[in-house]
Amino acid sequence: MSDSTLLFLQLIVPVTTALACLAFRSSPRFQQVLGVTGSALGLVVAAWLLMRVDTGVGIVVAQAGGWEAPFGISIVADRLAAGMVAVSALIGFVVVIYSLRGLRDGELGAEYLPLYSLLILGVQGAFLTGDLFNLYVWFEVMLVASFVLLTIGNKAVQLEGALKYVMLNIIGSALFLVGAGLVYGKIGTLNLADIAVRLADPEQAEVLHTSGILLLVAFGLKAGLFPFFFWLPSSYHTPRVAVSAVFAGLLTKVGVYALIRTYTLFFAGKFADLQGLMMWLAAGTMIAGVLGAAAHFEFRKILSFHIISQIGYMVMGLALMTPLALTASLFYLGHHIVVKTNLFLVGGIVQHLRGTGDLARLGGLARGMPWLAVLFFVPAFSLAGIPPLSGFWAKLGIVKAGLEYEAWALTITALAVGSLTLFSMTKIWMEVFWKDAPEDANTNNKPVDGRLWPLVLPCVVLGSITLWIGFAGGDMLMFATRAAEQLLNPEIYIEAVLGPGRVGS
Amino acid sequence: MNMILSLVIGIVFATGVYCLLRRSLMRLIVGIILLGQAANLAVFTAGGLTVGAPALVGEGAQVPAVGAADPLPQALVLTAIVIGFGLTVFAVTLIHRARETTGNDDVDAFNRTDAV
Repeated sequence: MSDSTLLFLQLIVPVTTALACLAFRSSPRFQQVLGVTGSALGLVVAAWLLMRVDTGVGIVVAQAGGWEAPFGISIVADRLAAGMVAVSALIGFVVVIYSLRGLRDGELGAEYLPLYSLLILGVQGAFLTGDLFNLYVWFEVMLVASFVLLTIGNKAVQLEGALKYVMLNIIGSALFLVGAGLVYGKIGTLNLADIAVRLADPEQAEVLHTSGILLLVAFGLKAGLFPFFFWLPSSYHTPRVAVSAVFAGLLTKVGVYALIRTYTLFFAGKFADLQGLMMWLAAGTMIAGVLGAAAHFEFRKILSFHIISQIGYMVMGLALMTPLALTASLFYLGHHIVVKTNLFLVGGIVQHLRGTGDLARLGGLARGMPWLAVLFFVPAFSLAGIPPLSGFWAKLGIVKAGLEYEAWALTITALAVGSLTLFSMTKIWMEVFWKDAPEDANTNNKPVDGRLWPLVLPCVVLGSITLWIGFAGGDMLMFATRAAEQLLNPEIYIEAVLGPGRVGS
Repeated sequence: MNMILSLVIGIVFATGVYCLLRRSLMRLIVGIILLGQAANLAVFTAGGLTVGAPALVGEGAQVPAVGAADPLPQALVLTAIVIGFGLTVFAVTLIHRARETTGNDDVDAFNRTDAV
């Protein structure tokens, strides 16, 4: 199979899964088999693609419909994109296993699996596209699917959360559209590589003061950057657990990916103008997120605020823009997706067993269910950055890059936020697992029967990956280094898409 | 023509933002719609305005005549309109359901998901 076929296959698998699940929505068992098979297939293709990209050519390009770049839409997988696709396929697979229980209990309807596959399609499409307007379309595919997933259940609180999510994201989309339109109006192309070539001309680069800011706001809104994050903590704790887990793992990261892609590829020339602003945004994001987490007392709300503070670390890496900082940022991205999804899933098991996510009404789980405590311990203290778990290495890289850059204030902020993260993770640990269950709490647990395996297995898989990254993460770090190298040399991307001889013309 | 359209875009954007800042759900949806339309107009205008030069290839020619309209912004706007329509329909339904369940049109009544 040729490499470009592999790229198309990566997108065809989820869309076919979605259609097949839609067609067989009247027979739940078969639909579940289709959903799991489709996600597994997606994971296999993604792993294959990652291997081809990393060990072989370094970058795989396909031109949709055979239209030569920059006239058609290019689909590009460099190391960053292929890595992100692989992680998203992994999350897609484990969360679909987790959803099996919800599907069996009737919490998730027959519409769940088709929409879920479309969500994964949107996410992976956004990672793989090499065209600015196409990126907008993938964002919308992802958004529309997420809108409906968010409201499954139709409870008042879910509608309220969805309302905030929908409104702010539609505004973000409008800004993205204007930003993309202005880029086209000024330089007459939408192909990312071609935009990069034309923006190398300093006269043209001025346009980016407008478009660059519009796209920064649009992507920042999707990523949950300060001060655009308000939709996130007010909606992520309301939907079904499987839905919020996949949202928490993937959706904001698409925004971060878009920021990394655009700012390394075509805003690189003018980056110095925006660097200060981006550092402020990163610091604000870290602080706002962690303070929110410290203030709240509900399992998933605390975790939602932590997403925001962790996004701050990734953007800090991007803002510093040194090879080490970017490497650490990519490493952080991969580690965070795995850990954060896992935390939401474990929170879901607690909620499933005890019927609440309110910390005050939980307790005694360390004694009652030590296995659950272990499942929580690994991702929670990895997120907080306790060595030797994966989060420690990610934070270490970011902080080291900050020190090398001599961005003292930013680095001190990162360290302070890290200790506050530990504080609020300890809060969950103490309240849910360590303290005795309160007297009025519902302590007659639902029976831990064999049917719990779809909920537990994904947590075990993700927890093992976290441990692997922590103890033997050298491979992943080397991969992140290679991916960052590719990003810092945009001519590799440009030449792969447009063919040789176009750089600097 | 460019000037007029630019002013119109500015006015539509401003009206949209004004509506979004109101407290009524109904105005919120109007604001979203206006914002989307303003964005579409902005893309269309930024793509370049031409009068009476359709993007058609003349008989016997291989490419459109010089100065013909650029079809790409039109295609982009068309895509954006369709997507925007879908989003708007969903938002309208959502607001309708939210109003039904809470019986309130005031945005300030929707503060449960943010409560500490």
